[in-house]
Amino acid sequence: MKIWLILLLGGLATYLTRLSMILLFTHWQIPPWLGRALRLVPAAVFSAIIAQEVFIQNGGINLSFHNERILAALAATLIAWRTKHILLTLGVGMATLWALQAFFH
Amino acid sequence: MAEPTAPPSLRAEFWRGVRAEFPLLIGVAPFGMIYGVLALAAGIPASAAQAMSAVVFAGSAQLITTQLYTATPLLLTVLTIFVVNLRHLLYSASLAPYLQKLRPGWKFLLAYLLTDEAYAVVIADYQRNEHPQAASPGFFLGAGLALWATWQASTAVGVFLGANLPQNWSLDFTLALTFIAIIVPTLKDRGLLAAAVVASLVAILSAGLPYKLGLLLAALLGILSGTWLGEEK
Repeated sequence: MKIWLILLLGGLATYLTRLSMILLFTHWQIPPWLGRALRLVPAAVFSAIIAQEVFIQNGGINLSFHNERILAALAATLIAWRTKHILLTLGVGMATLWALQAFFH
Repeated sequence: MAEPTAPPSLRAEFWRGVRAEFPLLIGVAPFGMIYGVLALAAGIPASAAQAMSAVVFAGSAQLITTQLYTATPLLLTVLTIFVVNLRHLLYSASLAPYLQKLRPGWKFLLAYLLTDEAYAVVIADYQRNEHPQAASPGFFLGAGLALWATWQASTAVGVFLGANLPQNWSLDFTLALTFIAIIVPTLKDRGLLAAAVVASLVAILSAGLPYKLGLLLAALLGILSGTWLGEEK
């Protein structure tokens, strides 16, 4: 039940955001400071999620060498930065993780 | 009001939009599949996972939802989806001048199809046009529907795979990798870089907060630092 409410309300919020300026354009324009802030939303949100996925394990910060996800994420970051290639980034990241897991366990 | 004259080549414009969107579809399909897999892994029923692709139709928000689903209350999850999708306000504003002359029906339909990937292709095409009023809704419809169909189909494949993949492959890590693939190439100036670095640090330090509130806090502080450090340009 909860998931259906999430998708209905989340869908509504998303749709209204997409529709907003197309409908209201003549009455209101986005002020520059808000435009600058909105441009930063994906970088901030995605980075926060990446950081938690990589560094938080079982509820605590794991900075140890045995956290294979750190090295795997670094490898993926390097590939994404140099190649901008999505599938290659995914492939190298997962391959690095699996290799390190096989090595440590 | 005068009857808006339909552009003479709506169908041709539609197919031109589909063709222009095509290269991006190859990049989108893996995300749809990953979303499907992660949704099932998070305990979301297959039917709801598929329905979310049709109703929300926003990849990153859907991926984040799989992440929040078990631990976060309903309204906080919806708020997070809203914040993540706020960037569409910019897309909406930047396309608005080209869509002003259209009937409301077109506006309501095209707004539904306004995703990152459709926006990228449509704004590039519309800006090449001589007059904003000459922009064709057919092109937008073609690009948007091509992406829509790909998103639904790849979600279905992911949902199918998710039900059949072994649980011990650490596939949840594809979420972090997906976001790395999306965001790293876009960190092109000081403001964006500051937003990313500050958000990462805050997210790590605030991970103990309940309901994944740390994510929203991290995003907020990241955006503030990025706005502040990216100011002088």
